[in-house]
Order: sequence, then structure tokens, then C-alpha cells
Amino acid sequence: MSEFILETRGLTKHYGGVHALTGANFALAPGEHVAIMGDNGAGKSTFVRQLTGVEKPTSGQIIFDGVEHTFQSPIEAREAGIETVFQTLALADDLDVPSNLFLGREKIRFNLGPFSILDKKAMREATLAALVKTGVKIPNLMNTIRNMSGGQRQCVAIARTAAFKSKLVIMDEPTAALGVQETAQVENIIRTLKGAGEPLILISHNMRQVFDLVDRIVVFRRGRMVANLRKEETDGQDVVAYITGAKTGIEYEGAA
Amino acid sequence: MANTSHGIGGLTFDPKKRTRPPELNVLAALVLIIVAFEVLGQLVIGDSFLFNTRDNVDTLFNEQRLQIIILQVAIVGIIALGVTQVIITGGIDLSSGSIVGVTAMVTMSFAQVAVVNGNPNPKAIFGAEWMDLPVIVPLLVGLACGLFAGMVNGLLIAYTKIPPFIATLGMMVAARGAAKWWSKGNPISFPTDSYAAIGKGMMPVAIFVVLAVLFHLIMTQTKYGKHCYAIGSNEAAARMSGINVAGHKVLVYTIAGALAALAAIVLSSKNLTAQAGMGVMYELDAIAMAVIGGVSLQGGRGSIIGTCLGALIFGVIISGFTFLKLDAYYQEMVKGVIIVGAVVLDQWRQTKKGRG
Repeated sequence: MSEFILETRGLTKHYGGVHALTGANFALAPGEHVAIMGDNGAGKSTFVRQLTGVEKPTSGQIIFDGVEHTFQSPIEAREAGIETVFQTLALADDLDVPSNLFLGREKIRFNLGPFSILDKKAMREATLAALVKTGVKIPNLMNTIRNMSGGQRQCVAIARTAAFKSKLVIMDEPTAALGVQETAQVENIIRTLKGAGEPLILISHNMRQVFDLVDRIVVFRRGRMVANLRKEETDGQDVVAYITGAKTGIEYEGAA
Repeated sequence: MANTSHGIGGLTFDPKKRTRPPELNVLAALVLIIVAFEVLGQLVIGDSFLFNTRDNVDTLFNEQRLQIIILQVAIVGIIALGVTQVIITGGIDLSSGSIVGVTAMVTMSFAQVAVVNGNPNPKAIFGAEWMDLPVIVPLLVGLACGLFAGMVNGLLIAYTKIPPFIATLGMMVAARGAAKWWSKGNPISFPTDSYAAIGKGMMPVAIFVVLAVLFHLIMTQTKYGKHCYAIGSNEAAARMSGINVAGHKVLVYTIAGALAALAAIVLSSKNLTAQAGMGVMYELDAIAMAVIGGVSLQGGRGSIIGTCLGALIFGVIISGFTFLKLDAYYQEMVKGVIIVGAVVLDQWRQTKKGRG
């Protein structure tokens, strides 16, 4: 067992001549919550896409849970235990909450290939447990997602991470499109995850939210990791200085 | 109020808060249409649509009319079951009518008797050694025909990424051509008794009901059904969740082809003959049944129950027009209006929900 749940070494992604991400050395300790900040196009989302198997890195290593991985697809990353809440919601509007939680990995009673009989009761119960674990409030489990508010939908997406034994949760701007009250609900879920000792990578533009929730802040600028700051040792102005490039920090050196 | 406590969990299953199933609206429409015809019948021609008015028959309802209604929608209804699944995944199938044509021709060729009234079969396609075959042979040949055509549809749509509309339009034209080519346009007749038994009497209705129940269970209780709705609802999400979207589409179109083939078998057996023009416009009737039954052309919404109710509405309207002694031309015009109306209603319902 390594001392980190996730480690990247020299992670690099080039799109043709565009160097979207260069030599990212990142480490995440078990139970740690880290925020990734940076301007649009700084490489945050590119970084996450390499971790979640949406894209394959040009070079560099991803060591997750002590094993080096080269994810071929998001499904492989998910099977390894990395659950992601994407910026664009990956939910099917016309399905109810349990169906969305178990989409693509349904619990079944009899295996008949594609015509396997669903175990609806087990899925409903597991959904309930996941909602309790994350503290998500949904008026009725059996309603379709279509009729739910943005916050409720985001909560369902987050509860999906809790329904399975995920070892790492990544959230890509989970509250970008939400109102004040809904944002508070999502933040509560993140706190619940912290309490449960689940590690988390949070991408956010919201300074208050970041300082409220995480232990450590990593700043990206122009495809490079420019700062690795413990929350107690920094402040908003400092972080902004790194984001805008007014201040250029020492190269990131392993864990804090 | 923002809730600051966590770990409480959600309110879970409250039957009162369940949204009303849309099938209830379709059922209400069906009842309304029957009542409308009943009233119109009493006012215009002084006869009852639903109830028995003849003295020599001792029944409450006009059973003859009811039987005709379900009998005439049963065969297209079988096609509609497949079309429903296709539309739920967000696709469309225009080829089912032509698949009925070609399958009927091919199947009938393998179901012929050698001797008709002491003379050789005048419509013979093959030599005598290919006649008087056990009924299983034409059945398997027919199903293979539909499975093949459906699979070609599915493979085209899943792997060349052309729109389902174009792929199945091509199949519609090609399969109709094949149906005409098969016997140079000649009808094929004189099936064996065992083949003729498949579509005899109320058998088409029985077959339709069995298939409807089977596919209702498949759509509501299996992974296959869940994935149909997921793909129609949000294809990108389905793919990201690890569903094999391409493989699923091939399966859905193959099943739709097989159901069209079954309809062809029942139809040719019932008519005791097969013609190249069989099943023309059936694809649109089947789509209409699904759409009237609440299946959304945008995918993701609808059910087999809805389609069955849609098929009944379809049958009641045609029967009602005959009952009111209206011209057959009006029937087609009204059919068109109903199809467009059902889609407009669906769109309107969606935008209303979206705002609320």
C-alpha cells in the first residue's frame, strides 16, 4: 500500500501542437480533499480527463491505489474505483433514480444475457443506502430525473459515486449551474464524504467554496501545475495571484 | 432554507407523489373516442356503435364489431411492438412494411402444397420436393428473413452512423424490390393446412396478445428494456455508463425485423396468399399506433401498454368511420390528422413540463 491513493508522474497531454498539460506531478493522500483551480484553458479539465480514462495521456504515469493504470475508457477507470461527476450531467432524463444510479451496471436476478431480469428491489435499497450515505434528499425515488431541479439531479449524480465502493471521487465544477440553496446541498454532500474519509478532487472556480471544503489547493496555469498550497498557509489573494500568473511559485514537489 | 444538517437521507417511496402514468391519458382518449362514436351513431344513423342492436343475437355488446376491431389491428400491432422499441431508443423504422412484403413472399414459397384439387399447384415456385414441408420450415425461413433485414438495418445504423431514417428508408425500397423480384410479381398461393392454421380465426389476436405481454415484460423487467430507455433518453450518458450502445441498437432493429416477419407469416397465413404489395404503408400505421399510444419520437418515453392502447384507438377510429358509413378516403385523411396531432400533443406536453 503506497502512502498515496493517487499519484501522477510527469502526466502530459498534447493535442497536436497544443500542450494542454505538461509534466503534472500530483499526489493525493487517503482521505484528503484537494481543489484544482485555474483559469479556463489552464489544463484542469484536461488533467481530469486523463485520470478518468476519457482521454489517454501523451506520456506520464498514473498510479492509483498502488497500481499503475492506463485506462482505455471511463468504464475502466470506474471499475478501478475512480468515480467522476462530470460538468455535463451524465444522466438519462427519462429514467428514475435507481435506474440512473445503476445505469450500465444493473443488479440482476437471473443472467439471461441482454435479457437478464433486473433486481429492482435490491437496486432501490442500494439507492436508498447511497442517498443516506451522502445525505441527498430526493422527494420520490421512483420519479424520472426530468422533473427534478438542477440541484437534485446533481445530487443524484453525486450519489452514484456513493452507491459503489469508490476509492476516489472527482467532481468537475459540480455547482457551476446551481442556485445558492442547491449549492449548499452539494457542499453538504462533500462534507459528508470528508467525514466518511473518502478522498476527493474538486474542480471549482468558487474561492469561498474551495476554502470552505478542501485541505489543499493546486493551481494550474497554461498546462502546468504552478502551485500546491495548504489551505492554512494561503489566502484568496495568494491563490488569485497564482491563477493570473502575477506570482509564479516553486515547482510542485510531491505531496505537501 | 438551506439545510445545514447532513446524513439525513431522502424521503423515499411515496406512492402519492408518483407521477400519473401517461398511459392513463391514452386510455381516457380511447374511452372518449368510443363515447363520441356512440353518440354520433345515435344522432346520425340511429344505431349503437358499442352495443348490440340486433334481435337475433343475445349479447350486450356488438361482439362482431369488437372482434373486427381487434382482428384488424392485431397484425399491424405485432409490427408496432417492434417499432415501439425502436422509437424508444430514439430511432425510427420505415422498413417494416416492406419486410412484411418480402417475408410473406419467401415464406409462402416454402409453405405450398403440391396438389390443388387433383392438379399440380398452379402457383408453384419450387419443384415438388420443396412442397408439403412441415410448418416449421416456412416459419424458420420467414423469421430468418426478418432477422436478416433487421440486422442489416441495425448494423448500418450502429456502425456507419447514418440516421435511422435513411438506413430504413433504403431497406424499405430494397426489400419491396426483393418482394417483387422473388416471383416476378406473381402472387404465391395454396399453403399447407398447418400453415393456414397460424392465422385462422382469432389466432392473429392471440399471437399479438402473447407477444405484447412478452415484450411488455422485457421492456419493464430486463436490462434490455432499461438500456432501450437509457439510449433514447441520453445516448452519450448511456455510452459513458458503459452500455454497449452499438450492439444494443443492432439487437433492437433485429428484433423489430423479426416481429415484422412474424406479422408477415400471420398475414399470409390468414389471407392464404402472398403478394409483392403486401404490407404497403404498414410501417406508417405501426408508427402511428406507437405515437398515438404516447411513445415519444424523441426517444426515451413510451411503453408497450401505450402502443396496445394506441392500436385500439387506431382500430376504433377505422371501424367507427365504417360504422358511420363515411367514405374510405376520409379515413386516411383523419388518420393523417391524428398522427400529426399526437406528435404535436407530445411536444406540447414536453415544453409545458420543461417550464414547470
